[in-house]
Amino acid sequence: MVAPSRKKLLLIGRSGSGKSSMRSIIFSNYTAFDTHRLGATIDVEHSQLRFLGNVTLNLWDCGGQNSFIENYLTTQRDHIFNLVEVLIYVFDIGSQEVPKDMETFKRCLDNLQEFSPNAKVFVLLHKMDLVRVDRREQVFNATMMTLHAHANEFKFQLTGFATSIWDESLYKAWSAIVCSLMSNISALQSELETFAKVSSVQEVVLFEKTTFLLVAHATSDDMDSSSQADPKRFEKISNIIKSYRQSVSKLRTQLHSISLLSNNCVAVLEPLTSNTIIMTVLPKHSADTNMVISNIKASKTRFEELESKSNDLP
Amino acid sequence: MISQGTREQKILLMGLRRGGKSSIRQVIFHGMQPIETLYLESTTKPTSEKLSSLANFVIEEIPGQVDVTNPEFESSKVFKGASTVIYVIDSQDEYLLSLQNVVQVISQGYKIDRNIHFEILIHKVDGLSEDFRLDTKRDIIQRINDDLVDIGAYDADVTFHMTSIFDQSIVEALSRIIQKLVPELSSLTQLLDMFCMRTGVEKAFVFEASSKIYLATDSSPVDAEIYQVCSDFIDVSADLGGLYGTSANTGNSDGREFSTSRFNNGSVICLTRLIKGCLLVCLCTSETDNKITLVEFNADVFREGMEKIYA
Ligand SMILES: Nc1nc2c(ncn2[C@@H]2O[C@H](COP(=O)(O)OP(=O)(O)OP(=O)(O)O)[C@@H](O)[C@H]2O)c(=O)[nH]1
Ligand SMILES: Nc1nc2c(ncn2[C@@H]2O[C@H](COP(=O)(O)OP(=O)(O)O)[C@@H](O)[C@H]2O)c(=O)[nH]1
Ligand SMILES: [Mg+2]
Ligand SMILES: [Mg+2]
Repeated sequence: MVAPSRKKLLLIGRSGSGKSSMRSIIFSNYTAFDTHRLGATIDVEHSQLRFLGNVTLNLWDCGGQNSFIENYLTTQRDHIFNLVEVLIYVFDIGSQEVPKDMETFKRCLDNLQEFSPNAKVFVLLHKMDLVRVDRREQVFNATMMTLHAHANEFKFQLTGFATSIWDESLYKAWSAIVCSLMSNISALQSELETFAKVSSVQEVVLFEKTTFLLVAHATSDDMDSSSQADPKRFEKISNIIKSYRQSVSKLRTQLHSISLLSNNCVAVLEPLTSNTIIMTVLPKHSADTNMVISNIKASKTRFEELESKSNDLP
Repeated sequence: MISQGTREQKILLMGLRRGGKSSIRQVIFHGMQPIETLYLESTTKPTSEKLSSLANFVIEEIPGQVDVTNPEFESSKVFKGASTVIYVIDSQDEYLLSLQNVVQVISQGYKIDRNIHFEILIHKVDGLSEDFRLDTKRDIIQRINDDLVDIGAYDADVTFHMTSIFDQSIVEALSRIIQKLVPELSSLTQLLDMFCMRTGVEKAFVFEASSKIYLATDSSPVDAEIYQVCSDFIDVSADLGGLYGTSANTGNSDGREFSTSRFNNGSVICLTRLIKGCLLVCLCTSETDNKITLVEFNADVFREGMEKIYA
């Protein structure tokens, strides 16, 4: 057995920006509503999460009150910024102190460049629900411009997402963050493509079991060209199934699988390996899902092998 | 027997301002998130919702500022033809004014038609602690009943419900309220009992697909958790389907549909489309492959039975 590799993720941003909320929703099955119970984080809260079996995400949720931030950037800076794989910087889009937020962001990048120059940087423009729907894109683009300008002097590439705990956007961002740490995604992806061809399905989507984050997907050409499918479907599926799972737990059991047969869509959602769930979408009007279910069972071993491939990048 | 198929059944939604009437309408009939109701503006004109399924219902919100004691209030016009009056009391607020008002509403409605069902919602109970909730309920019921006796309306048909838009209690209450108005309820219940017995199913509901109000269920008691999961599965199957197709999952598409959701303890929820915008959703606790086929087959039989009732 390969020892799981550990990846340090830093979660930083002003107090109240929503860091602990998003962590609790993605990794601890909170609902958006539950996050009102969270108190301010004191210092750093560490959590360790296994992802696809052989990677351990070591998440540092850094409490954002001024005095803590001051410590991270001075006395504790090597402790905080050393060996970081990913920095996730959360901006509260409704913040009244934008210049100060920018200043702190720059100081963080400065330290990151010194201690972990190869880290990836994600910026989440959070609480987007507070911005009027028709203004969101503009607000996002304008803020990203400002951030790029501030980060200009550093060699990091910024990847930005607009997020809110009140919709599915959180899943898109976190799937991108976590998958950026996995070395076997492209292998899983091509295996899914083979599966889609062999089973002649419209689409196959692979999710991690506990977080329900998207791992990879393969879409057939004829579905790609028909623009009927929702472009945000993957994060929406994560959101829908995760809240349904919460609901099922009230019956003191867990969700095993789903099969849908309707005019719009024929699909099955089944456990694949011990860490993944696979959703396959069949051509409309397919009458039988048994065939694809046996194909799923047959490919289980292959996917298990791929998943457990060493994750350490050379 | 009178055929009620074409007649609209009028349901009035009454109560003082900010009691939660519009919130209930929005959450149930327009899919609004409960939290979004904070931004609802005060209703000034009577506003109504239609629910066309096993019968045609019109739910009409009477704005809270309408004063029923004002001589200009045309009580005969408002109450005439109403099957039900739903009265919303804000349990988080000082409710004495509401109690006075509801008694006036009942006394006027009762004068016009003794058969009106008065359904009192003790609403917003999410804000009350467990103990306080029971005390409030007891207090409200006691006071209203005392007052009704005083005005000689002690035999008015009054039912109380504890509700909140933040959980299933509001849909549960509306389901119970609307079921009283489904003329064929007893035939449907019998049909459902037969379906459950023949199929070996624990619980079966007939839901109206878009509001997720259940219009009928078999005669075994309703377990809130089972109801909730069945109702959530309707959302899951509609939402997932909606990601891949356009034919909107509205009350009118009575096309073929059969979805299942399996659980680790061996139980399964099955969902299938019936007629008139209804869904049959049932829970089987012990699952075998044959069971699902049996459910699918017997659901077709049930649908045919329903078609006969509504022919
Ligand atoms: N409107 C809105 N509120 C949010 C969102 N995300 C989080 N919140 C709320 O913001 C408040 C603070 O969130 P936390 O997650 O505790 O903030 P934090 O960044 O961990 O704060 P510190 O621990 O002090 O650094 C909570 O009441 C959340 O419910 C969002 O996307 N939209
Ligand atoms: N806590 C809580 N608040 C509610 C509930 N239902 C409605 N409200 C709130 O009550 C307020 C008034 O609601 P509205 O529907 O406009 O009242 P109306 O005047 O009776 O139509 C809104 O701020 C709602 O968010 C509930 O079940 N619980
Ligand atoms: Mg926190
Ligand atoms: Mg109103």
